[in-house]
Amino acid sequence: MRWVNRQVGRRGGVLLGATPILLLLLLYLLLAANRHALNPMDKILPLPVGMAQAMSDLLFTPDQLTGHLLFWADTLASLQRLSIGLGIATAAALLVGLVLGVLPPVRATFGPLVTSIAVIPPIALLPILFIALGLGETAKVALIVIGIAPVMVRDIAAHVAAIPREQIIKAQTLGASSWQIMIRVALPQAMPRLFHAVRLALGPAWVFLISAEAIASDVGLGYRIFLVRRYLSMDVIIPYVIWIALLAIAMDAAFAILGRRLFPWAQGASH
Amino acid sequence: MSPLLSLRNIWVEYGDRIILEKLSIDIEAGSFVSIVGPSGAGKSSLLRLILGQEAPTQGVILLDGTPLTSECGPDRGVVFQRYSVFPHLSALRNTMFGIECEKAPLSARLFGKARRAAQDEAAEMLDAVGLGDSMHMFPAQMSGGMQQRLAIAQALVKRPRILLLDEPFGALDPGIRADMHALINRLWRDYALTIIMVTHDIREAFALGTRVLSIDKRRRDPHAPHRFGATAVYDLALRKKEPDPVPDEANPVSPETVSSH
Repeated sequence: MRWVNRQVGRRGGVLLGATPILLLLLLYLLLAANRHALNPMDKILPLPVGMAQAMSDLLFTPDQLTGHLLFWADTLASLQRLSIGLGIATAAALLVGLVLGVLPPVRATFGPLVTSIAVIPPIALLPILFIALGLGETAKVALIVIGIAPVMVRDIAAHVAAIPREQIIKAQTLGASSWQIMIRVALPQAMPRLFHAVRLALGPAWVFLISAEAIASDVGLGYRIFLVRRYLSMDVIIPYVIWIALLAIAMDAAFAILGRRLFPWAQGASH
Repeated sequence: MSPLLSLRNIWVEYGDRIILEKLSIDIEAGSFVSIVGPSGAGKSSLLRLILGQEAPTQGVILLDGTPLTSECGPDRGVVFQRYSVFPHLSALRNTMFGIECEKAPLSARLFGKARRAAQDEAAEMLDAVGLGDSMHMFPAQMSGGMQQRLAIAQALVKRPRILLLDEPFGALDPGIRADMHALINRLWRDYALTIIMVTHDIREAFALGTRVLSIDKRRRDPHAPHRFGATAVYDLALRKKEPDPVPDEANPVSPETVSSH
């Protein structure tokens, strides 16, 4: 039987998908145990016991300086920045994307501007943001917004512009104005795509968040990782990275499920 | 009786390509005009002109004696071969769309009593096209024939002066197509419609139409085929039974209101 025809069932899929992850874990444990056998004080590949000890301090013991539980304070600060940034970018994408997609004169005027902004590497703008907005929360959120919004705007605008011409004509023969076409025809059909765009933007959003936190911050997941790097604290870095991965997976899944629930009509069709 | 729609000496040119030349047609209210012709002859261009999607390079189009603006409006309804229903709305909401746009310019949504009235009107129209049991389905859950029925209901709710059909049954199975022919024939009689239909299918054109227009090039220049446009080479009036004089109870457009302008 050809490999292209080998279908994998649900249970088989779970099993196959888990195998490489488990193998990788096993490999790590073997290597770590090996290193610890040679040097019980090894810091580079900590054993799970070591990670649990280091993390329990961050999880349950209040910090001497601030009195916060650091792990939770970091998580809260990062998620707050991320969600504000994503929120602003999403709103901008919907608003600007819709107008660009539906109204040809607006597209002709602002399309090139959006394209130009989208090609600038956002990290290159970080110094400008820090100079203009200071080192506080605003600059970090602004980096996330500038990093992901242009791509989302272009995606939504392209999707809206690709709504079949027949639908727009039909709406006009039913008496719809530009405004009515925008809110009743284009907006609802842009929504599933917006959810999709947010899911795709989650990855870059995390990148910009960690970057901003690494450079100037006093709390946050990215800040903590870069702080403890000075002490080679792999026993903190690795659990933090796993935690970030889990948060990202949970957010992605939440958007996927929500999108399916809210837009049952959009399943299986691009338009 | 002056014609409902009148095209006078219409030319359509794209750059140096001439699509339609010297086309003059008068269409009476209550007629069912089939437009046939080879692919690329300009059938769809003609339909786009009447729809208002395009303006002619030369000539005028008069609807009820007044020149058409080159923009689509609710006086001309349309059903395309595909994509003429809104995928994000249920059949009922699709049909209500025209009413909602007219009555609520800002929100394009109706509430309370007005909404129920619109729902009743839309439901009645869906019943008339045979979709009374599928009001809450989304277009993606419907067959091609059902989608076209919905597109017709959606257009008829606005009581258009002219209904334009652009190869409406071209993508359907032969059996379904026969059902649709019966449906459109019934609606044409019941609602005293004026229909212009572009089709590839000559049999369909003759079976449904009261008049068949064949659009083709009169002259051909083998060295520059694009320099001659198409025009109506045959204009056949078919003898048919008069449209049923008994009006439908479901509030049709009566012939009196059609000719009173």
